[in-house]
Amino acid sequence: MSEWTKRNLLDLQKFSKEEIEMVLETAKSFKEVSARDVKKVPALRGKTVVMLFFEPSTRTRASFELAAKRLSADTINIAASSSSLSKGESALDTARNIEAMNVDAIVVRHSSSGVPQILSDNLNVSVINAGDGCRAHPTQALLDMFTIQEKLGKIKGLKVAIIGDIRHSRVARSNIWGLIKLGAEVTVCGPSTLIPYGIEHLGAKVNYNLHEVIEQSDVLMPLRIQLERQQEKFLPSIREYAKQFGIDKEKLKNAKKNVVIMHPGPTNRGVELSAEVADGEYSVILNQVTNGVAVRMAILYLLLGAKGKSKVVK
Amino acid sequence: MTTNKIMSKEDVRRALMRIAHEILEKNKGADNLCIVGIRTRGMALAERVNEYIKQIEGEPVPFGVLDITLYRDDLTTIDTQPIVRETLIKFDISGKKVILIDDVLFTGRTIRSALDALIDFGRPADIQLAVLIDRGHRELPIRADYVGKNIPTSVDQNVKVILEEVDKQEDQVVIKGREE
Repeated sequence: MSEWTKRNLLDLQKFSKEEIEMVLETAKSFKEVSARDVKKVPALRGKTVVMLFFEPSTRTRASFELAAKRLSADTINIAASSSSLSKGESALDTARNIEAMNVDAIVVRHSSSGVPQILSDNLNVSVINAGDGCRAHPTQALLDMFTIQEKLGKIKGLKVAIIGDIRHSRVARSNIWGLIKLGAEVTVCGPSTLIPYGIEHLGAKVNYNLHEVIEQSDVLMPLRIQLERQQEKFLPSIREYAKQFGIDKEKLKNAKKNVVIMHPGPTNRGVELSAEVADGEYSVILNQVTNGVAVRMAILYLLLGAKGKSKVVK
Repeated sequence: MTTNKIMSKEDVRRALMRIAHEILEKNKGADNLCIVGIRTRGMALAERVNEYIKQIEGEPVPFGVLDITLYRDDLTTIDTQPIVRETLIKFDISGKKVILIDDVLFTGRTIRSALDALIDFGRPADIQLAVLIDRGHRELPIRADYVGKNIPTSVDQNVKVILEEVDKQEDQVVIKGREE
């Protein structure tokens, strides 16, 4: 990897294999910074990062904010409920106003797919997608890949299963893009109503048989059943889903010996994942959260660093 | 473009051995010492100096590696983002005498960054600087306590330290660039 030219992170489709590997490699170095007594380095001193969240978030927002602060950038938070967005201003207008205050990056989350793209088409600041609709959540996929690499030493050739509500999941789509680029084999599994038509075109396999999937996979990634998006009745009942597709100790009996169990959070304990498994020996859920900060530091550092304007020769 | 060899493998070995002796002489032994090498070649040199200290005193001192990328003062002006590598200092440097090691001392900016980085890890009793080559042209008030070799250079020349463990070539130091 000779030169880093990306200024935005909209989705992993736009990143090459080498660029993804560069992010993961850089994140390794940043993980150490968070383990120090003084958890701060001056790399982004004087930069301003704005979190523009049109949708609620705990993990992602805290993670981005910590990442920016640990790089010495200044941060501000704008949540939809407490801003002019609730007075009817459009997302783009809000973002334009923020840009006019000379910020360097906008981290955006929105319930509609494509909002980060619209912002980056119309603004000069770096735009980082923190989740748009059902489309993409690239930093989550990057931290998942980082965690897999850390736990299993590689990604290439691994079998990764994403289980549950694939239909509404931006995490699933971003992971499929990223993992396949790095040479993993991705299988999606879940009730047929929640597996979107045409998902094979992204390169994922579909298998409705959870037992088979558990037997074959190196990594299991159950997703949250998005209860807020269940009005259309994709499932007969949550209880039935938990019984058929929830990962519990019993179902894991046939799993590989060192299977890794991940979850992007928030978890509905007892639905997609039993409490026993979520807190059990195979679970890396909290490692994912720890790694999230390092991966987001790497992204901010790479996107906001060198400007490519002047040349300084040392 | 010319290339001049100014130190051979043996010269490098003797210089590092002398530096190890000087460090121990000045600090009256290895008590409370630790060594931190600046990536990439300072790290290799630091490992060697620590090996010599072990030969002389019987035991090596705590050893760490520093990557100064995040502390550079030119991060926002350079063309491409430098790659960040891991910093590994697994011991508390507070109250310790830190020997900081790098390959070439030039403008002093790398050392300035390294000092900032070290202070983030604790409050050492003192920090001493050892370099294999001092080539002059300082832009900051920084000097080395231990120097392998002083070499007068012009600014547009390039001093290259080649080390077995990093470059997979026999140790040597060369100057590249126009003749004076």
